[in-house]
Amino acid sequence: MRLRLAVASALALTMTACAPSTSTPAATATDGGPRTGALKVWLFDEPNRAPKEAVVKEAVAEFTAAHPDTSVDVQYIAVETRSERFKGAFNDPASAPDVVEYGNTDLPEYAAAGGLADLGTVVSGWSEGADLSADAKASATYEGTLLGVPWYVGVRALYYRTDVFTSLGLTAPTTLAELTTTARTIRSKKPDMYGIAVGGKYTYGAMPFVWANGGELTEIDSAASKTGLKSYTDLIAEDNCPPQNCADLTGGKTVDLFASGKAGMGILGNFNRAAVDAGVAKGKYAVVPLPGVTAGSVAPAFAGGNNLGVMKNAQRPALAADFLTLLAGKKYQAKMYDAMGNLPTLKSASDEVAAKDAFVKPFLDTITAGTKFVPLNPGWGKVDASAVLPTMIEKVATGKASVDEATGEAAKLIDEALTK
Amino acid sequence: MTRVRTRAPLWLLLPAAVVLGGLFLYPMYQLGLLSVLDFTQAQVSGGQPTRFVGADNYTRLFTDPRFWDVLLATVLFAAACVLATLAVGAGLAVLLTRISRIPRLLLSLAAMAAWAVPAVSGSTTWMFLFDTDLGYVNQLLGIEGFNWMYDRYTAFALVGAVVVWASFPFVMVTLYAGIEAIPKSVLEAAALDGANAWRAFWQIMVPILRPVLAIVVIQSIIWDFKVFTQIYVMTRGGGLAGQNMTLNVYAYQQAFASSEYGRGAAIGVVMMLILLAVTLLYLRTLRRSGETL
Repeated sequence: MRLRLAVASALALTMTACAPSTSTPAATATDGGPRTGALKVWLFDEPNRAPKEAVVKEAVAEFTAAHPDTSVDVQYIAVETRSERFKGAFNDPASAPDVVEYGNTDLPEYAAAGGLADLGTVVSGWSEGADLSADAKASATYEGTLLGVPWYVGVRALYYRTDVFTSLGLTAPTTLAELTTTARTIRSKKPDMYGIAVGGKYTYGAMPFVWANGGELTEIDSAASKTGLKSYTDLIAEDNCPPQNCADLTGGKTVDLFASGKAGMGILGNFNRAAVDAGVAKGKYAVVPLPGVTAGSVAPAFAGGNNLGVMKNAQRPALAADFLTLLAGKKYQAKMYDAMGNLPTLKSASDEVAAKDAFVKPFLDTITAGTKFVPLNPGWGKVDASAVLPTMIEKVATGKASVDEATGEAAKLIDEALTK
Repeated sequence: MTRVRTRAPLWLLLPAAVVLGGLFLYPMYQLGLLSVLDFTQAQVSGGQPTRFVGADNYTRLFTDPRFWDVLLATVLFAAACVLATLAVGAGLAVLLTRISRIPRLLLSLAAMAAWAVPAVSGSTTWMFLFDTDLGYVNQLLGIEGFNWMYDRYTAFALVGAVVVWASFPFVMVTLYAGIEAIPKSVLEAAALDGANAWRAFWQIMVPILRPVLAIVVIQSIIWDFKVFTQIYVMTRGGGLAGQNMTLNVYAYQQAFASSEYGRGAAIGVVMMLILLAVTLLYLRTLRRSGETL
């Protein structure tokens, strides 16, 4: 009996000692850390990484030449497991890198976890810092603190089939209303084609419709947002893209549809060029900015992209800032465009790129017209993960709910997630 | 007979107790603890202090109408899958005892193959077969363009078929072994008394197989209630507008994908309690009807 008691109490003791693990944030180096040694850099691995790697190698060579006794250790981390890697780096300061590339939609999560360093003074003291657009800076700012330098962006615009448009006597639409009628014309004249490829899970395709009408993601149940949503879901219908086929399409699937010649138009990104050129649509398409509500306006696009940041745990923050500004500078942004097709965030670099390649013009025009971003709030990750927006779009598109019901429900969920 | 109490059994049990405690009790304790905390990524990385929130995670869960919808769908879906799995498994087990060697071998091999296929690849293969435009099934039926995932019930039916396909072999093999163990004389006597196959199955085999059936049923309930892969892969994370969500996918989406571990733990605890209740209830009815397990 005595023994049993002893075992039980020992068990109870070990249990109370085992609370869930949390790590304590490390003290940050205030003096900028050592100016020599190995700088650790994490960049995203990508399919066909070689050109990116070549540009980065060049930057590393330039950096080590200017900074004696330093070396740069670049690691390419898989995009799919980045979340775990970053969480690990936040939790274990000793293994944390100095400079990181991260997706700009991941910013709030990392910021809330307290993992990224303030770059405000670095950018204001950087000769090219003033060249960053306000939109770009805003997408890297969390609660008033600049936590990254936008390295490149990607935006979507309207791809359309020039051969189809010519044979039907159509011209590129200049308003969203015209886009709808054009899409229906294509579908009625060529029934085996979708007018414009749209999908219920393609939120980045739907958001510009909401924004163009003056709506906002945080006010998805406002009259303006509802008008915008309805103009998008009206496209998921028999006369353009039947719900049976299109209600559950992702953005990637709409790229496939356009590339394989199944659609007359598509809302695709500058980064989808290679995919389209690999399909039957190659050489038979043109791109214009996605039109807004009034003729001549542009629907605000979602500015997805990647930032470069410095970890709060970085052991060499001063060196890290030097490397970051080098890699994010005009020279290497332009080189990154040549290598990967990534749109530069610095005005000077994008001017240079536009002069070289006419393809980027509609995308740069879209950026100039003003881009939008998802709410910078750690709760947005939850909205994203629980598929609030796709559910809303799909409910309307399949007739499971009215626009009012679906937006009301989504607004409630978004509100809950953002205010928690 | 008098029992001599010694301490020996305690010591002998200790290794097992340590292993079981470490493997089961400790994770369960952690799960329970997490479910009463506000524990998100910010807490894991130490950005914010961990906060005790009492029953908050549970209240939020129980007041969420979505949760009840998903729970109901999960229970009905799991029940249908369990019944179908048992019917198919038992039917084929009986068939196995009645066919000659070569067909039996072929059937066993086919079933084993289905069993051995990893859930992700199995689900993906079925998706290819039932693809809207390019699937063999649609071409065979002449209904190209029919989207099986568009309607809630055809989607559930298709996923259910895959779940059954992957889990009937276990039932079949277990019951086949059980049937083979039934003394031939008993079945022969029944046959002499004029019992046909149907009658012999229900009145001779089922009562004798009751303990084996109990294990098979409980296993199936647990598996099918926790179904994740098939739903996640085939309906792309819960189907059109979330119409094919089951509890496990819901927990993943609501909690783990958004790093709200406290909330996820609460869903986990609820699932565990439901499964425990179902299992106990089932064992009790078994015991009441005269069988001990």
